[in-house]
Amino acid sequence: MSVIAPKFKLSEFIKSILDDAFWTILILNLIGIPAVMMILFFIEMPVIHGELLTPFLALSWIADPTRTLPIIQSFMETDIFRVMAFPGFGFAALLAAGTIFVERKMLAKLQLRVGPFYCGKLEGILQLMGDGLKLISKEIIIPAKADKPIFWAAPVIFVGAAAAFVALIPVAPGWVVADVDLGLLAVFAVIGFFPIITILSAWSANSKFPFIGGIRALFQMVSFEIPLILSLLGVVILTGTLNLSEIAASQSNFPWIVFLPVGAIVFFITMLAELERIPFDLPEAESEIVAGWLTELSGMMYGLVQLGTYLKLYAFAALFVVLFLGGWNGPSIVPPFPAEIITDGITMGPVTLKVPGLPIFSQEMLNGTLWFVLKTVGVIFFIILPRGVFPRVRVDILLNLGWTKLIGLAFVNIFIALGLLYAGVLGPGGLQ
Amino acid sequence: MTTEIMPGLALQKVDERIMTLNVGPQHPGSGHMRIVVQIDGDYIVACDPDPGYVHRGEEKMAEYRNYITNIPHLERPVIHDSCNVLYPYVLGAEELLGIEVPERAKYIRVIASELNRCIYIMYWLAIYGIFLGHSTMFMWPAGDREFLIDLMEKMSGARVTHAHFVPGGVRNDLPPNFEDVCLRQVNYFEKRIKEYAAVFYDNPILISRTQDTGVLSKQDAIRLGTTGSVLRASGVDYDLRVKEPYDVYDELDIHTNVMKEGDAYARSRIPWLDMMESCNIIRQALQKMPKSGSVRTKLKPNPKTKVPATVYKRVESGRGSLGCYIVSDGKTEPYRLKLSVPSFRNLIALPYLLKGEKLGNMPSVYWSLNYWPVEADR
Repeated sequence: MSVIAPKFKLSEFIKSILDDAFWTILILNLIGIPAVMMILFFIEMPVIHGELLTPFLALSWIADPTRTLPIIQSFMETDIFRVMAFPGFGFAALLAAGTIFVERKMLAKLQLRVGPFYCGKLEGILQLMGDGLKLISKEIIIPAKADKPIFWAAPVIFVGAAAAFVALIPVAPGWVVADVDLGLLAVFAVIGFFPIITILSAWSANSKFPFIGGIRALFQMVSFEIPLILSLLGVVILTGTLNLSEIAASQSNFPWIVFLPVGAIVFFITMLAELERIPFDLPEAESEIVAGWLTELSGMMYGLVQLGTYLKLYAFAALFVVLFLGGWNGPSIVPPFPAEIITDGITMGPVTLKVPGLPIFSQEMLNGTLWFVLKTVGVIFFIILPRGVFPRVRVDILLNLGWTKLIGLAFVNIFIALGLLYAGVLGPGGLQ
Repeated sequence: MTTEIMPGLALQKVDERIMTLNVGPQHPGSGHMRIVVQIDGDYIVACDPDPGYVHRGEEKMAEYRNYITNIPHLERPVIHDSCNVLYPYVLGAEELLGIEVPERAKYIRVIASELNRCIYIMYWLAIYGIFLGHSTMFMWPAGDREFLIDLMEKMSGARVTHAHFVPGGVRNDLPPNFEDVCLRQVNYFEKRIKEYAAVFYDNPILISRTQDTGVLSKQDAIRLGTTGSVLRASGVDYDLRVKEPYDVYDELDIHTNVMKEGDAYARSRIPWLDMMESCNIIRQALQKMPKSGSVRTKLKPNPKTKVPATVYKRVESGRGSLGCYIVSDGKTEPYRLKLSVPSFRNLIALPYLLKGEKLGNMPSVYWSLNYWPVEADR
């Protein structure tokens, strides 16, 4: 008798397989078809050669590239693609995941160890996925006397606020989720949300260590928001706009860090404090207050907060790039798409195809994205680096730094900007 | 505001401004103990260290084992400093049993003791680093300890709990070529710990955090009975290796590191300087050690003390003066064995140091006391 399956019966086995198949098909139909329909609802179906492309012709799209490419292109012009995939959440989450991997490996090299090594065969590249699976599979424990609705909602709102921040970042010319004229003001508004979410989560946990951590986070974020906003005013004075895309476009000749290095330094330091990264990770100081305001969060709630934190890290680094390092501007390194393919088509064996809309992404957009990603990764590297070098500062030293030194330096930066503007170095009649 | 209604049961009036925090025993910044901290905002009003979570009954156990079988369990209180924690017992047992120790064994003991001191301090330093949020300072000492642990493994066969010192000498002779390997590794180790200055001890954030926090004056340090690096950081020139030399320490040239500040920074710097001094001592001992000879005076099985006697011996361990008081009634087991441990003596200073400090200073002050919870509980 088999030990593994003592009561094995072929009929039962076949029945279970049929059961599984039934439920799989049912769930796919119930979820998949509405999801596909919802996506299709947002896509404006193109008319090609006098024929409206419909989902019913799906099989013929796969076979015929002349029909596939226009569909993909029209899909990429929809808002849902921008929000979910490219300049929005998916792109940011991909960069954030890369950040976590690089952070782990880089710190490991700095500290004479190997870091994640086994998961995913290649230098532990799947470690993050393993961590995510672990967090999802863990039980979510809510403290008995917690304010449950707020406690549940706080991590979700945290990720939402971080995603809203990401949505304001222009990645390439024209590629931004929300191109608002008061973009920088919207950024300040979103940043203003984080201390509120933090203190709500900490207070609703009804526990001592999260409470102290929440108060610390509140202190830190509120006192560093003022130098943060002040340090960005120099750029606004010089460009005369709050639109982030226009600010990025205004740096086609030189990045603002050349003229406003003081503002860039102040913004970088305040950024570290807003992100709660070492040396400013007081709200999560584990040797004093366990994990600060994250102490009572368990399972995927903690995972969501971590996701939000790294999205925020990407967004701040991207904001630094847009405001001080010239955004997408840079020398052209992506070769232009060969024009003869568009006009003459590709010869594939006996068939010559003329594919409409062949360069899915324009050269400008690819080049801009490449420069943007390179610069952002560079800034993220410098955000990660202090973690291996510095210990944690103390609350009073931190507040002293924020309220006296950084605000003073931010005003110096504003005076530099005003001086440049009125001396006519920049602006009309000057360099630009 | 405490009124005692029965012995051991007290009523305390609650002040609404004061929050009581139980730091430990399940807390990443406490170790195997609890610190009951009362805070007013960010300031610590009162602090009550509560050791005793890892009491092992070492002293009682020693009364049921003879002088040889006491060796392995008596080094358990501080396994990272196991040679030093066993040293006073071995010295005392030798005096009770009336054994002479060969000259070479004395030098081997000094080398093992200094290596173990460095191993302990590196572990302590790693935890001090992570308590201050400096993860590199956790990994580097934890990795560099390995050089010395490998040396101890070559010498005694065990990596952490060596049980190498026995009454009458040491258990085994050194392996061949040990002197060269030891000299090479110790030289490299010294070069390596000097690099810590750049990343840790000269770090402006560390200095701004630990300087002028938890200041222990010279008078208070003596009055509270602190010992070891805490005492030396407060400006008292006190090192048992110099003041009451045991074994062959009187033949070696030892420099005592003393700092006057008495703050957490000085207390964290003294052990680091001690490690460099230990490297010097090891080099001297390797030079002066007799190249051959016996390392152990053989004992009879189940040795007995000749007459009822008491003995108190103390040595300078990685944390300070560590004493062992043995009462013998002429049998094969000690009648009573008492360990006087430096950790407990240093812990007494904690409530005085933390009063009025900020909560953020708690880990830096607490761990700068060179405290080892298991040793304090025995």
